[in-house]
Amino acid sequence: MSVFRQLSAVVGMNLRNLPQRTGASLVIVIGIAGVVAVLVSVLAMAVSFSQTIAGAGSPDRALILSGGALQEAMSSIPRDSVANILDAPGIARDREGRPIAAAEALAQVQVEPKSGGKLINVALRGVASVEPELRPELHLVEGRMFRPGLHELLVGRSLEERYGLGLGSHLEFQSGDWTVVGIFASSRPSTFDSQVLTDAQTLLAAYQRDWFQSITVRLAGPGSLDQLKRALAADPTLHVNAYLESAFAAAQSQALNTVLKWIGYFIGGMMAAGALFGALNSLYASVSSRSVEIATLRAIGFGAGSVVVSVLAEALLLAVGGGLLGALCAWIFFNGHVSSMELSGLQPPIAFAMSVRPDLLTLGIVWACVIGLAGGLLPAIRAARLPVARALNAVV
Amino acid sequence: MASLVSLHNVIKRYVRGKQTIEVLHQLDLEVPAAQFLALMGPSGSGKTTLLNLIGGLDRPTSGEIIVAGEHIQNLSSGQLAKWRARHVGFVFQFYNLMPMLSAERNIELPLLLTSLSSAQRKRNVAAALELVGLTSHAKHKPAELSGGQQQRVAIARALIADPTLLVCDEPTGDLDRASAGEILGLLQLLNRDQQKTIVMVTHDQKAADYASRILHVDKGQLIEAAVKSAA
Ligand SMILES: Nc1ncnc2c1ncn2[C@@H]1O[C@H](COP(=O)(O)OP(=O)(O)OP(=O)(O)O)[C@@H](O)[C@H]1O
Ligand SMILES: [Mg+2]
Repeated sequence: MSVFRQLSAVVGMNLRNLPQRTGASLVIVIGIAGVVAVLVSVLAMAVSFSQTIAGAGSPDRALILSGGALQEAMSSIPRDSVANILDAPGIARDREGRPIAAAEALAQVQVEPKSGGKLINVALRGVASVEPELRPELHLVEGRMFRPGLHELLVGRSLEERYGLGLGSHLEFQSGDWTVVGIFASSRPSTFDSQVLTDAQTLLAAYQRDWFQSITVRLAGPGSLDQLKRALAADPTLHVNAYLESAFAAAQSQALNTVLKWIGYFIGGMMAAGALFGALNSLYASVSSRSVEIATLRAIGFGAGSVVVSVLAEALLLAVGGGLLGALCAWIFFNGHVSSMELSGLQPPIAFAMSVRPDLLTLGIVWACVIGLAGGLLPAIRAARLPVARALNAVV
Repeated sequence: MASLVSLHNVIKRYVRGKQTIEVLHQLDLEVPAAQFLALMGPSGSGKTTLLNLIGGLDRPTSGEIIVAGEHIQNLSSGQLAKWRARHVGFVFQFYNLMPMLSAERNIELPLLLTSLSSAQRKRNVAAALELVGLTSHAKHKPAELSGGQQQRVAIARALIADPTLLVCDEPTGDLDRASAGEILGLLQLLNRDQQKTIVMVTHDQKAADYASRILHVDKGQLIEAAVKSAA
């Protein structure tokens, strides 16, 4: 009971003194706020981006890439092989017996945002027109479907919203003038949202290519993937691999998530080291400015423990203040913010909405507390070891 | 009369860099209970050093110090803090009040280390304020009090937990003559009426005259100056 009274008296006295040390206290608060704001923002970016990618895959579809390609953009499947591949078993077929599949081509184009600003890189995807059965999550929200053979485009809604590439916009690329005839959206998180679609054959013609990047197929049922894989492997002329689309997306997002998180931890860690030294310095200064007060309390009989706790409480209070400030900044500036990032230099940027989740905010506050306590530890020990007689004599 | 404070063969050396200075040389001292002892001596003679040893703020290099039956040179610093809380009240030259606490909260501080209830603490603080004549200044912060008033708050704080021994290092060193007279009168009263044992360091002969016994610290030893009639 008296231990608690002792603690609360010494802690209370120290905290009431804080306004007299505004400058030094701000060093701690702002330093830690910076760490938390950056950490939370980068992690929010990592998590949101990788979730967008992971959510884009479906377990009902398989993605077929050329052998050895780890990304769609690095894959190439000759036009001649497509028919052979689509003959393989395991692929779902429509009522007329046609495979529910699309051979798709990818290109990266630079377009001028109608909303102004510098040129942006956008993914142009050539797709087949039988899309609805293959990708039921995609639907037109405005305008109409492109017509094969014409330079007509569909634009993903997030691209349209972000860059004003609305219906009727004209885009210049590959020595052609392309017209936006429709806006599409996805009912599930999708990387398509930030892409531009056109007819695959039209794209190949415009780029004078005779290969596709990938083939996406709807699987006939459970076990179909293995069947498909075996059939593809059995044909030595094909050199392609099939992946479950959802697993492929998850694997890509997993690796990416890890990399981005480490970047976040690395930058956050560097900044944290700086903030920690700032806190250490400020708290040493605080202890030395309080040395007579501390020595007097010790002379009266207050224990070293309560002095230690008072320094740590000061550190913790300022750290939590900084943590909350940083978390608030991250939340205000980035929650719901639409950003875009490239999976790799070979792939077009993908737009995603950043979500600053509560668990990330909590993590930021935890970091703040750890920095505060670590920065307070040595000053607290110094305060506890203060030679009472000498500290009193410093004034007397 | 039994000694409340006994020092035997006390040596205190300070090491400063390569230099070692011996401030107290095999010093002996007996302070009977209820004595008001003044320690005098030139600056740097070791008065504060001696007082800190008696009050358990510092430990001797060798020798023994027995206060109220306890060999305090053997106590750990944690034990020493508890011992000080129970047995010693300190009064400093510059008062050492907590600037952000009111007079009554300053005085209450030592009671936070006891098991007294808040109501009991309040009553004791009120009594101490009355004793030092500052009832009307209970809510004042130190900055709102004169030097003499601050020192009276400090004396109330030193007394509040009813210590065995009152230790004062130049309690009037920073005060004008009138305020100093009030403080010394108060200490004398405490000594006479409440039989408080007081050890006071002072430069000032007039201050020392309030004490019942005066000792001079000289070359690390004590010299009896005058023996006055015991209180
Ligand atoms: N912590 C310390 N470390 C080293 N030397 C010290 C320390 N404390 C005191 N001294 C030295 O010991 C000697 C006695 O100091 P002390 O403070 O006891 O003197 P004093 O009689 O109280 O002087 P004053 O009248 O000026 O207060 C001085 O020479 C001082 O410099
Ligand atoms: Mg002195």
